[in-house]
Amino acid sequence: MAKVLMKGNEAMALAAIKGGCDAFFGYPITPQNEIPEYLSTHMADHGRVFVQAESEVAAINMVYGASGAGARVLTSSSSPGIALKQEGISYMAGSELPCVIISVMRGGPGLGGIQPSQGDYNQITRGGGNGDYHVLAFAPETLLETVDIVKQAFDLADYYRNPVMIAVDGLIGQMMEPVDLDKKPPRKKLKPKDWAAEGLSGVRGHRNTIVSLHLDPYELEKHNLRLKKKYDEMVKKEQRYEMIRMDDAEIAIVAYGSVARIARSAVLTLREKGIKVGIIRPLSIWPFPEKAFVETPDSVHTLLVAEMSLGQMLQDVKIVNNGQRTIKFYGRAGGVVPEAEEIVKEVQKIVRGRQS
Amino acid sequence: MKTNEERVIFAGFGGQGVMLMGQMLAYIATDEALHTVWIPSYGPETRGGTANCSVTIAKQMINSPIITEADSAVVLNLPSLQKFEPRLKKNGLLIVNESAIEQYPYRQDIRVLSLDANRMALKLGNLKVANMIMLGAYLEATGIFPKEALFKIFKKTFTGSKETLLEMNYQAVELGMETVRNQA
Repeated sequence: MAKVLMKGNEAMALAAIKGGCDAFFGYPITPQNEIPEYLSTHMADHGRVFVQAESEVAAINMVYGASGAGARVLTSSSSPGIALKQEGISYMAGSELPCVIISVMRGGPGLGGIQPSQGDYNQITRGGGNGDYHVLAFAPETLLETVDIVKQAFDLADYYRNPVMIAVDGLIGQMMEPVDLDKKPPRKKLKPKDWAAEGLSGVRGHRNTIVSLHLDPYELEKHNLRLKKKYDEMVKKEQRYEMIRMDDAEIAIVAYGSVARIARSAVLTLREKGIKVGIIRPLSIWPFPEKAFVETPDSVHTLLVAEMSLGQMLQDVKIVNNGQRTIKFYGRAGGVVPEAEEIVKEVQKIVRGRQS
Repeated sequence: MKTNEERVIFAGFGGQGVMLMGQMLAYIATDEALHTVWIPSYGPETRGGTANCSVTIAKQMINSPIITEADSAVVLNLPSLQKFEPRLKKNGLLIVNESAIEQYPYRQDIRVLSLDANRMALKLGNLKVANMIMLGAYLEATGIFPKEALFKIFKKTFTGSKETLLEMNYQAVELGMETVRNQA
C-alpha cells in the first residue's frame, strides 16, 4: 500500500481507529485539536463512540467508565489538560484499567504556551497522580513510528491492564509526513476481559466490581505488590530504544522525539568533521531503556543529553549512568525547538574541553 | 527531482494560501514516493497575520525537519521577505510577489524572481489563485516536478462543488510558469 500524507494528529487519530479503539472521550486543547476533530466524524463512520466531554476531568472519568465496561478507549490532550487528567490516570492504574492516552506536549508550566516542548517528561514518567504506579510511555520520533506505536498501544494496554501514554511534542502533532497505515504491527496474545463490568453478572453468576479503594493496609499492600510485579514485567519486556552510529562512538547524544531527529542532522555534520558521535534514542521513556546504556560501547566517554526541557530525562540518564561517564546537558524550553547547529556546537565544546 | 534534497519555505499573510502551497508540494512528493515533511507555523494565526510553512523533500530519510538554511523561499508579503530572505543559502532561490513588495534591497548572492501575482490572479478572475501562480513559478524555476504532477493533486483536491475551480487553478500554474520562462 502506498503511503499517504497526513498531519501527525490526524494520523494518530486514524491509527487509533485501526488499532481497534472503540471510544474516544476528550476536551479540546492546542496543539492536539486535530485528533478530536478527526475522530468527531470518523469514529461515527466506523460505528464507534466519540464524546466531547465538558472538561478534561470528565473525559478521563468517562474513559474510566468505558474501559471498566471492557471497551478499548482513547483520550488525548496537551500538557495542562494532561495535568487535569492525572487523578483519573492514577485511579485507572489502581483499578487496573487499560486505556491509551495521547499527550501532545506544549510549553509550561501552567498554561505556558502552545509551541512544541518535552517539558512533561517528569509528569509522564513519574506520574502526576498519587500512589505507587507507572504508565507505559512511548515517545516516537517520526510519524511512521508514531502511527505504529499508537496501533500497538491498545494491545499493550489490554495486555498489562494499565494506561499507556504516547508522548509527542507539538511539532509531531502539527507536521505532515507520509505514513503507512496498513502496516500490521506485532500483536499481543490477549486474554478475554473476564474482569469487565459489562452488565452480564446475571449470566455469569457473580458480580465484577472495579475499585481502587482498599481500606485494609495489608490488602492494599498485596495489591501494590501485584502491581509492582506487572511494572517489573514492563521493565523487563518493554524497554525500546535505537542506537544510531554508536559502534565506534566516543560521544553519545541522548535524545528522544523530535530532538532525536534534529540530533541525527547534527551527527551527520559532526561525522563529516571526523568527530565520532552517535545517538542513544529512547523510544520507551517509561520504562527508561537502561539496556541501551549497558550496550553502549566502552569507547563512549561523554553523554550529551539534549531535550526540549531544562533537564528532565537528564535525571534518568544520571541514574543509569551511575557516575560512569561524563554527562553534559543541552536544553531549550518554552516552546523553542533547537536547531541541529546548536547541538553541533555543544558536541564541539565537549571535544575542545577534552583536548585542553 | 534533480537534487537529493530540497528545503523550501512558503510565507505570506494568513488567507493567501501559503499553507496550501506547501501541502500541494508535499502531496506531490508523497505521490512520487519521496520522503517529505511539511511543518506549519501554528499559533494565534489569523487572516491578515503572517503565516508560513516549510517543506523538505528528500530521496533519503529526513533527519531534522526544521529548516535552518533554505534552498528556496516563496514569499507573498513584506514581513515574510524580511524574515526569510536571510534564511536562504548562498545561490538560493527567492520568488517574491511584487504586488505586495515593490522596492527591496535584495541580497546579491541569491537568485530573485519577481511576479506581479495579485494583478495576474485578478486578471484570471480570482485574487485567491495568486498562490498557485507563485507555485507554478516555483515549479518552473526549480524544475523539481512537472506541472502534471501538481495537476494530479488538484484533481484529487478540487472535487464536488470545488471542481469548477480546477480550470482556473490550471491556468494560474501555467501563467506562473510562463512568466518565469519569459524572465529567463
